[in-house]
Amino acid sequence: MSDSPAAPSRTKASSIKAALASVSPVPGAPKPDAIFVGDSITRSFGGLAAVDVSHLEVQRGSITALIGPNGAGKTTFFNVITGFDPPNTGTWSFEGSSLAGTPAYKVAREGMIRTFQLTKVLNKLSVLENMRLGAQGQTGEGLFRALIPALWRKQEEEITERALGMLEQFNLIHVKDDFAGSLSGGQRKLLEMARAMMSNPSMLMLDEPMAGVNPALTQSLLEHIKELRETGITIFFVEHDMDMVRDISDWVIVMAQGSIIAEGPPADVMRNPAVIDAYLGAHHDVALTESGESLTDTSVSLTKSEES
Amino acid sequence: MDWLTVFQNSLTQMIGVQAIIYCLAALGLNIQFGYTGLLNFGQAGFAAIGAYAIAVTVATLGWPLWLALFFGILGAIIFALLLGIPTLRLRADYLAIVTIAAAEIIRQVARSVSLNDYFGGSDGISGKYAADWYALNPLPVGIDTALIRFSRNDLWVVINGWTLVAVIVLITWLLVRSPWGRVLKSIREDEDAVRSLGKNVYLYKMQALTLGGVIGAFAGVIFAVAAQSVQPDNYATTLTFFAYAVLILGGAARVFGPVVGSMIFWFLLVFVGQALNNAVKAGYISSSILRPDQVGQIQFMLVGLGLMALMIFRPQGIFGDKKELALDER
Repeated sequence: MSDSPAAPSRTKASSIKAALASVSPVPGAPKPDAIFVGDSITRSFGGLAAVDVSHLEVQRGSITALIGPNGAGKTTFFNVITGFDPPNTGTWSFEGSSLAGTPAYKVAREGMIRTFQLTKVLNKLSVLENMRLGAQGQTGEGLFRALIPALWRKQEEEITERALGMLEQFNLIHVKDDFAGSLSGGQRKLLEMARAMMSNPSMLMLDEPMAGVNPALTQSLLEHIKELRETGITIFFVEHDMDMVRDISDWVIVMAQGSIIAEGPPADVMRNPAVIDAYLGAHHDVALTESGESLTDTSVSLTKSEES
Repeated sequence: MDWLTVFQNSLTQMIGVQAIIYCLAALGLNIQFGYTGLLNFGQAGFAAIGAYAIAVTVATLGWPLWLALFFGILGAIIFALLLGIPTLRLRADYLAIVTIAAAEIIRQVARSVSLNDYFGGSDGISGKYAADWYALNPLPVGIDTALIRFSRNDLWVVINGWTLVAVIVLITWLLVRSPWGRVLKSIREDEDAVRSLGKNVYLYKMQALTLGGVIGAFAGVIFAVAAQSVQPDNYATTLTFFAYAVLILGGAARVFGPVVGSMIFWFLLVFVGQALNNAVKAGYISSSILRPDQVGQIQFMLVGLGLMALMIFRPQGIFGDKKELALDER
């Protein structure tokens, strides 16, 4: 898609940055080409409003981060829009079709594939079998067709081929025959992401993809996510690792106490006083006692944004 | 002490009608519990439906046996849907509670006095209702050797029964190696993960419950045909728990687990009983320690001890993989 051979390989990244440059950094900002649009989505547990999002859009093809302090409702929001948790109110659409009230498996078939904060690998299946499960539209997944291997054997070979390629990319090829339950925490994260990719998602939703991943692996994973953006996949992820958010995201959405409090390019968002307040409390720069010093340190590390 | 008779009886029972019945019940549970992780504690109910379908349609209504078989399968499917629709969306333990209760409801209804005319109350229904089928028996005589002994009719049941087992084992083998089987195993591991990958978990659980239930109904069909009678108390929860013992003994989620498990279970049960009986009669065990009428209880105690030892020393069953089991402890 690059028009000149001298153009850098990350062509999509720059075009998305250009598209988002015109978006005003306010909560609920409309995007020029939104793949996901949500309206007045609420979910409360008893008296606690876990999610109260009035409007949210995700730019197609972007890497959008969803950040916020613990208990902000990020995972609940993910659960609601993927059909794992019923909302109290709200409508949302993905690629133009409404998904409110759609069961989780149909949401996935629409192309919104998610991973989980606590990884859900299938322990007693091999890594390769985990991968194969991710493929969509398998003929052999019907009860009666399953009885006739001739109907699905060829497709199974294609799926295996694709799974092996994907395992190679995610550095898991050497454990392909091991039980998924024997993998380390970081490897499980990788496997879950690779398995989600087997479904050919148009939007990949990652819930804390970096939690528990070895720092040496983090860098290759980040590169991998950036490459996914080049293939046109939208990535919407929850993360606490600010370095990662700064490094890869095109747009950052900040949630606190269930609502969206800020939006914008990563550098701007991390300087936003409302965001710093949400993370550290509104009175964080008033030195109360000796703990005032450490609080200021955190605020500095949050706002340092120059090195990427 | 007559060791030859002890062995003859034990080996006969190892491949006898009871072994077939429990093997079939366990084959159904293997699909439900072993592969899909569904805790069906109502397998006796499915077997009762198969058995009563035969007894009521053939003996009471006088319809042909093949039609009775059709009703048995249909009944099992309806029962599975009734159990599954409300419970399969809920956590696994709800299915366990509902199935064990539903199976008991079936038994209590079958033995109720007010439905005596249809189901024969606690006496059940006896009669020559598989006479047509026994008439097809081409065997001239039964078999009587030093190791096994079957009457002509029993041999016909046993041959057909094990053929049915072979067909079901083949189907199970084909299914669990297919992408369909992969979805089942994945549901057992984590159904939310399977949902997040676009599979309709509810449908798969329903298919597994129904398929396992129909196989369980075949256990009842064989029971009814072999005994030429149906008694409600044969379909109490003990049947379900013996079937679970058979499944776990052989190894859950292993295609041949129920077959080998059932053979070992019945060999041990009969062997311990017969050996004790013979030992008491021959005076090896003083009647001040064990009276002949106590042998039945001691037999089950010893088999129970054996099963406990199995769970301690080989928790994965005969065919199981210890590495798989160790994954749960991480």
